[in-house]
Amino acid sequence: MGGVKLSGAEILLKSLQAEGVDTIFGYPGGQALPIYDALYDSDIRHILTRHEQGAAHAADGYARATGRPGVCLATSGPGATNLVTGIANAYMDSVPMVAITGQVSRALLGRDSFQEADITGITLPITKHSYLVEDPSELGRIVKEAFHLATTGRPGPVLIDMPKDVSSEVINYEIPGEMQLPGYSSVKDGDLGLVLEAARAIAASMRPVIYAGGGVVISGAHKELLALAELLMAPVCNTLLGMGGFPGNHPLSLGMLGMHGTKYANYAVCECDLLIAIGARFDDRVTGKLETFAPEAKIIHIDIDPAEIGKNVRVDIPIVGDVKRVLCQLLEVLQPGLREAWRDRIQAWKKEYPLSYCDNGRLKPQSIIREIYNITEGAARVTTEVGQHQMWTAQYYSFTKPRSFITSGGLGTMGFGLPAAIGVQVGCPDEVVFDIAGDGSIQMNIQELCTAVNYELPVNVAILDNGVLGMVRQWQELFYNRRYSQTELSNPDFVKLAEAYGAEGIRVTKPVEVAPALEQAIRSSKPVMIDFVVDREENVMPMVPPGGSIGKMLG
Amino acid sequence: MRHTLAVTVENNPGVLTRVAGLFSRRGFNIDSLAVGRTENPRVSRMTIIVEGDDMVVEQVAKQLHKLIDVIKISDITRNAYVDRELVMIKVHAEPSARAEIMQLVDIFRARIVDVGPKTLTIEVTGDEGKIDAIELSLRPFGIKELVRTGKIAMLRGVKNSAKNNSQKEEDVK
Ligand SMILES: Cc1ncc(C[n+]2csc(CCOP(=O)(O)OP(=O)(O)O)c2C)c(N)n1
Ligand SMILES: [Mg+2]
Repeated sequence: MGGVKLSGAEILLKSLQAEGVDTIFGYPGGQALPIYDALYDSDIRHILTRHEQGAAHAADGYARATGRPGVCLATSGPGATNLVTGIANAYMDSVPMVAITGQVSRALLGRDSFQEADITGITLPITKHSYLVEDPSELGRIVKEAFHLATTGRPGPVLIDMPKDVSSEVINYEIPGEMQLPGYSSVKDGDLGLVLEAARAIAASMRPVIYAGGGVVISGAHKELLALAELLMAPVCNTLLGMGGFPGNHPLSLGMLGMHGTKYANYAVCECDLLIAIGARFDDRVTGKLETFAPEAKIIHIDIDPAEIGKNVRVDIPIVGDVKRVLCQLLEVLQPGLREAWRDRIQAWKKEYPLSYCDNGRLKPQSIIREIYNITEGAARVTTEVGQHQMWTAQYYSFTKPRSFITSGGLGTMGFGLPAAIGVQVGCPDEVVFDIAGDGSIQMNIQELCTAVNYELPVNVAILDNGVLGMVRQWQELFYNRRYSQTELSNPDFVKLAEAYGAEGIRVTKPVEVAPALEQAIRSSKPVMIDFVVDREENVMPMVPPGGSIGKMLG
Repeated sequence: MRHTLAVTVENNPGVLTRVAGLFSRRGFNIDSLAVGRTENPRVSRMTIIVEGDDMVVEQVAKQLHKLIDVIKISDITRNAYVDRELVMIKVHAEPSARAEIMQLVDIFRARIVDVGPKTLTIEVTGDEGKIDAIELSLRPFGIKELVRTGKIAMLRGVKNSAKNNSQKEEDVK
């Protein structure tokens, strides 16, 4: 028997390439040494981040921007545990990701060996699946399965834990056999009977509302969604992750719904007689108090994950399937509808309750976001951190294209935006990328500015610098008697910091400086960090108080 | 109400942790869980007894299905099935009490599997009612140790629980 002799690490890389992987975000260490040694001769591009969390978020941003699975790599123990937040983040937002970790050699497993962490155990609740590779001959199949699982059905992160001696063992390489996933299947088409039932319910509805989530973006169903909305003349509200799945500047768009949604989106949901939920999961930030969420509505729920149906609300017509396919099925059987009274009612709400802020000549975060939108003509890829700036971005940047808004929704991870922007820029080298950041969040993964500089990734970071942990401060103001416990920040000089990393730094304190600074940043071939010194008192409005009804908003 | 789930899983390392972790994480209550290999060495079968209304159990089944190692789930509660549990009871047995205990053992068609100077160890198989009854009868003698396997269950007749296509299961997959 001749055949090629390959090490486990070489088989790993060969298998990754077979899956079309050309970029890995990672950070080396002892138990990953054989993998890094094999990378030395490989065509795969490795982006060395400055923290494993950065690698995981970069892989996440890469995946969300391109639709292709992101890959991150770390060593055992602390390297692996540093990935955990990034994996949890990808899990909550259904992002296709494969995380590879080094592990202590097989004989040392389970003995609290140096840098041993039970990473498959730790990540059990935050991965779609995981593997501890016990035999290099299984690697080919495992990698194939991992990518299949990560990218099909409801996408999610899959972890492959590689003991060092598995990586270094040399074996006779054989083409991987069939995948062995007898328990895994995902429905594609919706049940025809239910599709017809949905069509009947739609035909009978006078006041339909479409509630579209991240599933629309993931399945690439934005065209079908647009067709559906226009055919039915049904208004569309988006979840945070659904933004961009429907053009924000379309007359039928209601913007975001839920806690910081628009009043008209929430009112429409409150009064609709039919709610068509598409690739969304009735998160508590969306529904508020469940009893008063769409109280008069029949609910159609289209989702690829059967476990989401009936989890939080009772559904009248459940359709399990890929959102795009189900919408195509629906479009085939639907008749156009003219619902002018409903349209007029919604238009009246839109006029009466627009999103607004007090433009008093000071530097306002909302106006900066509008300016970024104007200058980039809405064509930038935008990531965010977590906080007020994130909500303002969702409210004021009218996302018109899918995969243009990349934000940490389910987990709400401060520190996501900058490494994610790096991943986005790697995946979309010719596009303008902005991380709209808070002064608190940016410091959670600021070290990744160095990664951007090293790899000449011209990401733009717009810090809406209010000097506080604004979103927490807002809750303290509204619900904790203005007792501002631990939410004041004394910050470094962000301009000098940017320069120290080799990036460009710009400070903006007046409205007139905003546009020139943005233009300079976009022109620059370097990463640029702009410190926008904004009003500290500004709050995100309107707002549904926690546990309240979405029809009763503050602000 | 209590539901009986027949779950077939791939016999992979960690599969039990995955299942158990899911129950605790999502706040589902397991009454009992028994697991062992099936006629196919790559496949194990779990019998899980869960407490909850139909909505909760439907969520349990759907969430279990998301585990890649889980092959099939059937809620057989409303079907005709047989269930059995094996229990070993070590009971305090002074010579004077032995005859009486042995009589009970006979009545319940149980067996004595070990005799100690002051104890008898009894093995009994049966459904829940029988097991509860013998436990109750032996209690006055002083039970020193009791261990139950947890319930295992199987559909009656020709139907195969693991491959049975109940309505529930159709909904789930
Ligand atoms: C890792 C992490 N820690 C804590 C929080 C809680 N949290 C949510 S928003 C926020 C404040 C964010 O401040 P900043 O980045 O300055 O944004 P701002 O709200 O001021 O725009 C905090 C602490 C979080 N979401 N993530
Ligand atoms: Mg802030």
